Amino acid sequence: MKYDTKFIDELKNVPVFSLTLNEKREIYFSLMNKLVSHHYRKCAEYKRVLDILEYDLSVKHDLADIPFIPARLFKLHRLSSIADSDVVKTIVSSGTSGQSRSTIVLDRENSLNQIRVLAKIISSVTGKKRIPMLVIDSPAVLKDRDMFSARGAGILGFSMLATKVEYALNTDMELNANKVKKFSEKYQNEPTLIFGFTYMIWEYFYKVLSESSKSINLENAIMIHGGGWKKLIDQSVDNSTFKNEIKKVSGISSIYNYYGMVEQSGSIFLECERGYLHTSIYSDVIIRRNDFTICDINESGIIQVISLLPTSYPGHSILTEDSGVIIGEDDCSCGRNGKYFLVTGRIKSAEVRGCSDTFKR
Amino acid sequence: MIHLKDSNLKTDHKITYLVGDGNISNKAIVPYSDIVCDFLADISISIKKKNNITDYPDLIAFSFWCRKANLSILKNKFYQTSHIRIGRGVVFHISPSNVPVNFAFSLCFGLIAGNSNIVRVSSKYMPQVDIICEVINALLNQSKYSEIKDHISIVQYEYSDRITSLLSSLCDARIIWGGDKTIQDIRQYPIAPKCIDIAFSDRYSISVIDSHIIEKITLKELSKLAAAFYNDAYTMDQNACSSPHIVFWHGIASSKGKERFWNAVYEIAAIKYELTEIKAVDKYSKLLDESIRDNNIIKVVNMENLLTYVEIKELNKNLHQYRGINGLFYSFELKDINSLSDIVNNKYQTLTYYGVDKKILENFVIENNISGIDRIVPVGRALDMDIIWDGYDIISYLSRIVDIR
Repeated sequence: MKYDTKFIDELKNVPVFSLTLNEKREIYFSLMNKLVSHHYRKCAEYKRVLDILEYDLSVKHDLADIPFIPARLFKLHRLSSIADSDVVKTIVSSGTSGQSRSTIVLDRENSLNQIRVLAKIISSVTGKKRIPMLVIDSPAVLKDRDMFSARGAGILGFSMLATKVEYALNTDMELNANKVKKFSEKYQNEPTLIFGFTYMIWEYFYKVLSESSKSINLENAIMIHGGGWKKLIDQSVDNSTFKNEIKKVSGISSIYNYYGMVEQSGSIFLECERGYLHTSIYSDVIIRRNDFTICDINESGIIQVISLLPTSYPGHSILTEDSGVIIGEDDCSCGRNGKYFLVTGRIKSAEVRGCSDTFKR
Repeated sequence: MIHLKDSNLKTDHKITYLVGDGNISNKAIVPYSDIVCDFLADISISIKKKNNITDYPDLIAFSFWCRKANLSILKNKFYQTSHIRIGRGVVFHISPSNVPVNFAFSLCFGLIAGNSNIVRVSSKYMPQVDIICEVINALLNQSKYSEIKDHISIVQYEYSDRITSLLSSLCDARIIWGGDKTIQDIRQYPIAPKCIDIAFSDRYSISVIDSHIIEKITLKELSKLAAAFYNDAYTMDQNACSSPHIVFWHGIASSKGKERFWNAVYEIAAIKYELTEIKAVDKYSKLLDESIRDNNIIKVVNMENLLTYVEIKELNKNLHQYRGINGLFYSFELKDINSLSDIVNNKYQTLTYYGVDKKILENFVIENNISGIDRIVPVGRALDMDIIWDGYDIISYLSRIVDIR
């Protein structure tokens, strides 16, 4: 039995933030169990993990009981559920220097599904029509087409949703202010998409604009950004500061953060107008305590992310190294259904105790 | 006398002196000199008087070790040999950043052996380091210790080639804690031809326990044993070189006894262990990673992430790569300890035991000509630091013999 990815087509006409708890439970009960069986048969490492956890494949499990793979395992092993000849893309997480990086293999189908679902989620705020996009990054990120970095993959994914793509930064990461100005003037009266990674936008877009005398007016633009807050929190910049400051220098008032990771590209968690991240019909989150039992609403814990998309690698249920808290389900005042939550940071890195040590500290 | 401040160090290579002023004596004295023994005994007393001492069990253990009575015992043992000994001169200690009181033990070893000492401690804040340095400074200000004042420098500096290279070039013995990576780093800096290195490399440790005895012991004895095992393993999240990773069940195993043991350790961990989110994720990742790498893991029992133990199928030469973390243990039934003779290599350091005759263990090492295992101690004593460590008699090593005939 092959995991049937046609469900993506079945869900095609279902609004992306529409399913309620009970509707979703039913769909996920069926699909997640199929997805688990699919990867169990196709990925030897995944099979080994489930065997070790004594997971019983002969009965169907609730979503909460579906095993979760630590994100770190993708850094230590190449986990693939497809034949090597079917790999069309390999995505590598950006990861800071010295750290090992995750490797994600995609076949054509998985790759297409990611783009379709991403388009559907993004169009919920940008509208169905494709619009011009300004990427706050350098085109140099896309240089190596065989081994995509997560940053490059993100840019490429979003590019599919645009009529035209411009890059705001030169190859040396310097802001091309004239280009940005031209872009803003050219599309003065129509919506545009400004996309980038949170830190890049802050460092190479916001900081330069805030120090320059030139004013830029992008008030019809919608900004979508993601990629983690760690470096900004270090500079005491939180989400609301980010929004206020970006608006000051560019006039952009529609700003949406998203939470996503290379292991689950496509089914990103988009921020709503109330400032909460939302699960879509393609994704879910569970927050767990340190004994891996499930947290109550409003109780902070380790974030587990669930996606219906991963078919070419076993990334459908992942234990992240982020901490977060679920605020509620199906009742956000923004009107979207699904769980809404906040990411509160990285789970703290443990103080390494013991004899083995690095002298360089 | 060495004057560090006169040397040609650039000002951007800054040394912070927690103890000392850059003037370092290079005069060696005899091991266990009265002044050093008095000084260490005074450190012990001063630490005990600190009011927040109960927050730091490692400080308590250190002050207990350097108390007067213990030093007398060690001194008597040392002087049972007839050799005349004297220190080597200057000892440069590179201490680890993750075992706070390790630097103090290292310093004591250097002093007892009769040396002048430069101890590099990590720049990372550790309250135990502050407390010990405060105590040492107060004592060194007393006139009775003026003689050894320039025998103790405790320094901090950011990672610097120049400083490490300078200190390495002027010492007579260098002690490198911190495992293989640090040893590799430090060995790039040459030492004088006559200088010796003592390097504490990455090690691996195991437990050998009789499960039949566990089946029969009283509840009180069981919880004592569990607490002892807990201390060995969990205090350093199993990262100490002497913390156990595998429990070998010696003799004909009793599954009831094994279960009783794990349950008892779990109960202690449930009360004492601070399981954080990252520790839980680290452990879970480690378990799955190991399972994928190796088919030797056959069964996993996870007790609320506080204690996880895995049964392994067979012995193999890579056993020392099965490392636990944060309460992850490997478990194997071992009918005859001699079946480990082809397995144990020089990576193995400490063997802790319970319910097994230590003579059997001694014979196992000696009669099989095993290249590893430097310590055979009861469960609970794994972390006890002492002058014999890692197979070295450190005081003898840090002093030289004057052969008089």
